[in-house]
Amino acid sequence: MTDKTMTSADQTVRSRRLRTAFAALGMLPVLVLLAAGFQFINPRFLTETNLLIVTQQSSINIVLAAGMTFVILTGGIDLSVGSILAAAAMVAVLVSLVPDWGLLGVPAAILAGLGFGLINGLLVAYIRLPPFIVTLGSLTAVRGIARLLGQDTTVFNSDLPFDFIGNGSLLGIPWLVVIALSVVVLSWLVLKRAVLGTWIYAVGGNAEAARLTGIKVPLVLLFVYGVSGLLAGLGGAMSAARLYAANGLQLGQSYELDAIAAVILGGTSFVGGVGSIWGTLIGGLIIAVLSNGLILAGVSDIWQYIIKGLVIIVAVALDRYRLQAGART
Amino acid sequence: MTATAQTQAIRQPVLEMRHISKTFGAIRALQDVSLTVRAGELHALMGENGAGKSTLMKVLSGAYRPDAGGEILIDGVPAATGDPIKARAAGIAVIYQELSLAPNLTVAQNIFLGNEPRRFGIVDRDQCSRRANEIIARLGVSFSARALVSSLSLGERQLVEIARALSTNARIIVMDEPTTSLTSRETDSLFEVIATLKAQGIAIIYISHRMEEVYQLADRVSVLRDSGYVGTLERADLNASRLVSMMVGRDLSAFYKKDHRPPDAKRAIALSVRGMSDGRLLKNCSFDLHKGEVLALAGLVGSGRTELARLIFGADRRSAGTLELDGKPISIGSPREALDAGIAYLTEDRKELGLFLDMSISDNISMGVLARDARAGGLRDFAAAERRAAKAIADLSIRTRSAQANAGSLSGGNQQKVLLARLLETEPKVVILDEPTRGVDVGAKSEIYRLIDNLANSGIAILMISSELPEVIGVADRVLVMRDGAIAGEVTASGGEPLRQEAIMELATGAAQE
Repeated sequence: MTDKTMTSADQTVRSRRLRTAFAALGMLPVLVLLAAGFQFINPRFLTETNLLIVTQQSSINIVLAAGMTFVILTGGIDLSVGSILAAAAMVAVLVSLVPDWGLLGVPAAILAGLGFGLINGLLVAYIRLPPFIVTLGSLTAVRGIARLLGQDTTVFNSDLPFDFIGNGSLLGIPWLVVIALSVVVLSWLVLKRAVLGTWIYAVGGNAEAARLTGIKVPLVLLFVYGVSGLLAGLGGAMSAARLYAANGLQLGQSYELDAIAAVILGGTSFVGGVGSIWGTLIGGLIIAVLSNGLILAGVSDIWQYIIKGLVIIVAVALDRYRLQAGART
Repeated sequence: MTATAQTQAIRQPVLEMRHISKTFGAIRALQDVSLTVRAGELHALMGENGAGKSTLMKVLSGAYRPDAGGEILIDGVPAATGDPIKARAAGIAVIYQELSLAPNLTVAQNIFLGNEPRRFGIVDRDQCSRRANEIIARLGVSFSARALVSSLSLGERQLVEIARALSTNARIIVMDEPTTSLTSRETDSLFEVIATLKAQGIAIIYISHRMEEVYQLADRVSVLRDSGYVGTLERADLNASRLVSMMVGRDLSAFYKKDHRPPDAKRAIALSVRGMSDGRLLKNCSFDLHKGEVLALAGLVGSGRTELARLIFGADRRSAGTLELDGKPISIGSPREALDAGIAYLTEDRKELGLFLDMSISDNISMGVLARDARAGGLRDFAAAERRAAKAIADLSIRTRSAQANAGSLSGGNQQKVLLARLLETEPKVVILDEPTRGVDVGAKSEIYRLIDNLANSGIAILMISSELPEVIGVADRVLVMRDGAIAGEVTASGGEPLRQEAIMELATGAAQE
């Protein structure tokens, strides 16, 4: 008897997994089509070297977008990730210059990001300010801090102790890619396998109902903004490791927009409560494939902007249409 | 003779829906339903949730096209179907439950929204406010056409919706549960407006679950059941048991189930509430709730019942007051602390404050106990959630194809059962139910009453807020009545005498004082 109920429970869990996988795959055909199209235009696109470049280029955005997924799932937004990335990269390079303790640059960057994220979270969760306003403010303020950290100059370290992160490989896979994939898998674990993840969806779906169900909504919000800041800090370390340098003024400019675009392309609802990290991964890859493919196709920089913007709008419009058609049956 | 001729002229059928069927894929939502509505009558449409009332009204308003063979006649002339714009032009207007007004515009602007009187292509503001004033005068209401909608009460906003319907010369107005969120005073003024509309020959199709309203208002009542038409009763033939049995298709002699529990003097006190105030409405509310009893909290809308419940549950901040649970003082500052102490609360507004509509039934049921079920490292125990869901679906007979379906896909009664299941999973000692059968069909109602009775018999203390007096009388052991934020008095069933509806109303309205 118990065995029987167990197996039926297993089956429903399995069918649920299948369905979430399918929902997340929503944008995969777009990614495949784009890749096929670029391959047709320029056969160099689907070579191992180029694919490594694409994944490497997308890795920082995917890390930021993973954090953004947490925030948008609660119905919020984090506009400050680009600035936090810049400040964290400054911290990473500055700490790396300390003799013998240079490796601490990475945890220092992550902690700096976490700190900024938690400040965002405190303001949203406990002072109850709108996320858009709070993170718009920190977008500007943290950018200023990033510039302040290096007296508004570019800081260099040609002997960066953690440069393997930016330029090394693990079993042939660039570390940047390994980190980005690990972040995605960890995010999936939290969102879909942990109690906290269900709370995040619940808060995004109906915050007041979540509170009345006994969920500590402010803690959940603090967590998501903390994660977003922490991952922006990690992105800063990755960026510093790649460039051997950081610049408070230019680094990470408008990265938040690419991160938001990846999340939305991935099918996560802007009002919260619906979405998945796998969708975000595909969304991030679509953005990277577009940038890389358009360069290989010889499209000018100006047209790249226009085409990228249009593809984002059209892809999301198609997705909405597909979902509505599905709901009707 | 002339009088009869006149009545007959008014009593002409203005609307005939003939042989309306509607199928969605394999699902038959309406099966050969015919409905005749006369000018100037209030025609109540009743039936359980899912019986087909909303689908029928959507066919009428043009949102759905009926299957071949169905036709709609207005004044005896076949009208176009499946076209909302033509339906509106033909004089059909629907007042929706979810109000669709723009709050930052004036009453006049809202009345003519999308249909503004124009001169030379520019909105004619003079004509706009003049015609708005005319329409408002027709309704006999007190607010001005220049008032901002955001400054109006919910009831007044509903009247603006009706005014909007009149602005398009509507002759058939559909009202879907119009009194759900109205205070009793607003309900009264709505009923006056309805009388005015009827006198002007406008037909009203009135969907409601509230028997009392239907008694008060209806000239005729039509009942739908399982997508089909059951029958129509004339006002003279209305009677509750007949209506209920038409709706559910079975006799509900034991509709309210209440076992005769021993008098409360012998029972221990579960929750003791002393001096609860919120600094706004509530003033010094004190009472005791006993184990295994159903204590009803009655009173008019706005008397502070929900506010008191939320204060006890820690959902709002209190300015004064103490709680004792099982004789021990407890301090509750948040819903989490209340749940941990063993106090659970069922909200009156299940869509806005209760359910996670985009999440599965299973997640909805387990939401309050996820941390308790969690495996090492804070990971979800999905098997436990499935077991809880399977048990709740069986115990409360929640009708769904799967525990993984979204809560938003369920009917009102089944959504309410999901919320009840979530509440029971927390294993509460004290349960506060706020309007547990609001917007729930008759069948689910009787199941919820049975559940309440079982809970009380198992020793759980139940505080039930209800605006339906027959429900209060039928379910509760004892009744507290609130008025103006304070507890006005208590009504008990002493010496085998049943609870008296009149006694409750006297306390609630303050009539007992004078």
